[in-house]
Amino acid sequence: MITELVDLVAQIPHGASVAVPANRSGPAIAATRAMIRAGLRDLHVIGVPTSGLQADLLIGAGCVAVVESAGVTLDEFGQAPRFVAAVKAGDIALKDSTCPALISAVQAGEKGIPFIPIRGLIGSDLLRHRPDYRVVDNPMEAGDPIVVVPAIRPDVALFHAPLGDRNGNVWIGKSRELMTMAHAARKTLVTVEALSEDDLLADPKHGPATIPAHYIDAVVHVENGCWPIGLSGHRLTDASAMTRYAHMAKTDAGFEEYLSLAPMAAE
Amino acid sequence: MEYSREELLICTIAHMLDGVDHVAVGVASPIPGAAAMLQHALGGVGRVTVLNSRHAQAITDGATELFDMAAQGRIGAFFLSGGQIDGQGNINLIGIGDYPDLDVRWSGSFGSAMLYYLVPRVILFREEHTRRTLVEAVDFITAPGTSDGIHRPGGPYGLVTNLCVFDFDKAVGGFRLASLHPGVTLEEVHDNTGFVFAQPEVVRTTPHPRPCDLEQLRGAVGLRVADPYPSFAGRVWGISQPKEFCF
Repeated sequence: MITELVDLVAQIPHGASVAVPANRSGPAIAATRAMIRAGLRDLHVIGVPTSGLQADLLIGAGCVAVVESAGVTLDEFGQAPRFVAAVKAGDIALKDSTCPALISAVQAGEKGIPFIPIRGLIGSDLLRHRPDYRVVDNPMEAGDPIVVVPAIRPDVALFHAPLGDRNGNVWIGKSRELMTMAHAARKTLVTVEALSEDDLLADPKHGPATIPAHYIDAVVHVENGCWPIGLSGHRLTDASAMTRYAHMAKTDAGFEEYLSLAPMAAE
Repeated sequence: MEYSREELLICTIAHMLDGVDHVAVGVASPIPGAAAMLQHALGGVGRVTVLNSRHAQAITDGATELFDMAAQGRIGAFFLSGGQIDGQGNINLIGIGDYPDLDVRWSGSFGSAMLYYLVPRVILFREEHTRRTLVEAVDFITAPGTSDGIHRPGGPYGLVTNLCVFDFDKAVGGFRLASLHPGVTLEEVHDNTGFVFAQPEVVRTTPHPRPCDLEQLRGAVGLRVADPYPSFAGRVWGISQPKEFCF
């Protein structure tokens, strides 16, 4: 349960669907670097509900076949350059969606139901390009067409959390979508900022926002595991490192150079 | 009192929020965020939620909560933008070209394809007012301006740009010029707008910010703005980033 990054990554097969959180909710970037070093291929990355640096790194490194997300962005550091380049080159398949549809789909996954209704979307071109999204009549009330989206049960949920314990329980704070992801996924792999010697589930303050260990397949203690992204309430984003990435990743050559540098190449 | 372009836009948007109970603001929207905080300080807005701020975000149920609130009618106003906005109020956040073979790709739809339908007063904000951004028809409808025959309590309320303010006429499904910013001519707006819009016989000028608004912005409100938008507050008012700032 408490293991090393290499062992965590070994649990992700080629072609897996991997659900990841938005930049500000704890993307496991150190684990992502390890995935790239391991040469993972054909991943289906699912942003819950968006992704950023994490998807961009994986796309640039050639690990990704499909991006399913409501957005891929470096936030205040601009567009995700490898994502944009891959879309223009036609290197990745797109499953564009909108935030609440993705979150609801993962909630349907955690409930074990086949689909879930979601407001909006009718008349959007997003719907035209998502044959798996359907419009149905509200069975409870006539004359109310509504979109239904299929449940998402990712092969893997992967994220970084502020705190874990020796039993493999993981405390997530306010980022409740991490709990939803763990409930829905077949396998949940987590890096944590710190490891507690106490049982988080037994602690009344931590317990309600703690994912029990039975949902979790690997916990790795990686201090600053989102770097250069920050961890809300714990660490600042490394603005100079993000600016440097956004600049280097603009070109194929610049991104290749980024991959060759520490800590990408080894850490 | 002299004022900056940003201060004019903030005060203009703040005016459009008067009387809204709860205003929510997405990420990377410093001018709308400052407008909501200003109107809150003036007493015209009940509550402001700014995503990713420490103090203006009472959200404990993760990424779903904003959308759940919107679906229930708990959010009165929100802001959206678009790489392209057309005369029917359709917005495009995906890109230019024939999807998925795009010539230009933007970040994505985020929550727009739901929030545009559900939040009663969606204010479109796009600083760049050119024929590149304000087009006759968007390349990709991320979210439509109007809809028929579906549950849609929300939609566009107005459009604010660097040049002017448009109101959105829901009955007609198009924009109507509401006011020109000080110093902007009608010709300038026509020359730079790719869509047809209605206009009144006498076009108003967007009011100058009042001294009391500017005092708030340069004082207490500016400090609040610096929490979610530190670089903006630094640039516009010289307010330095709070040291403990995290997201």
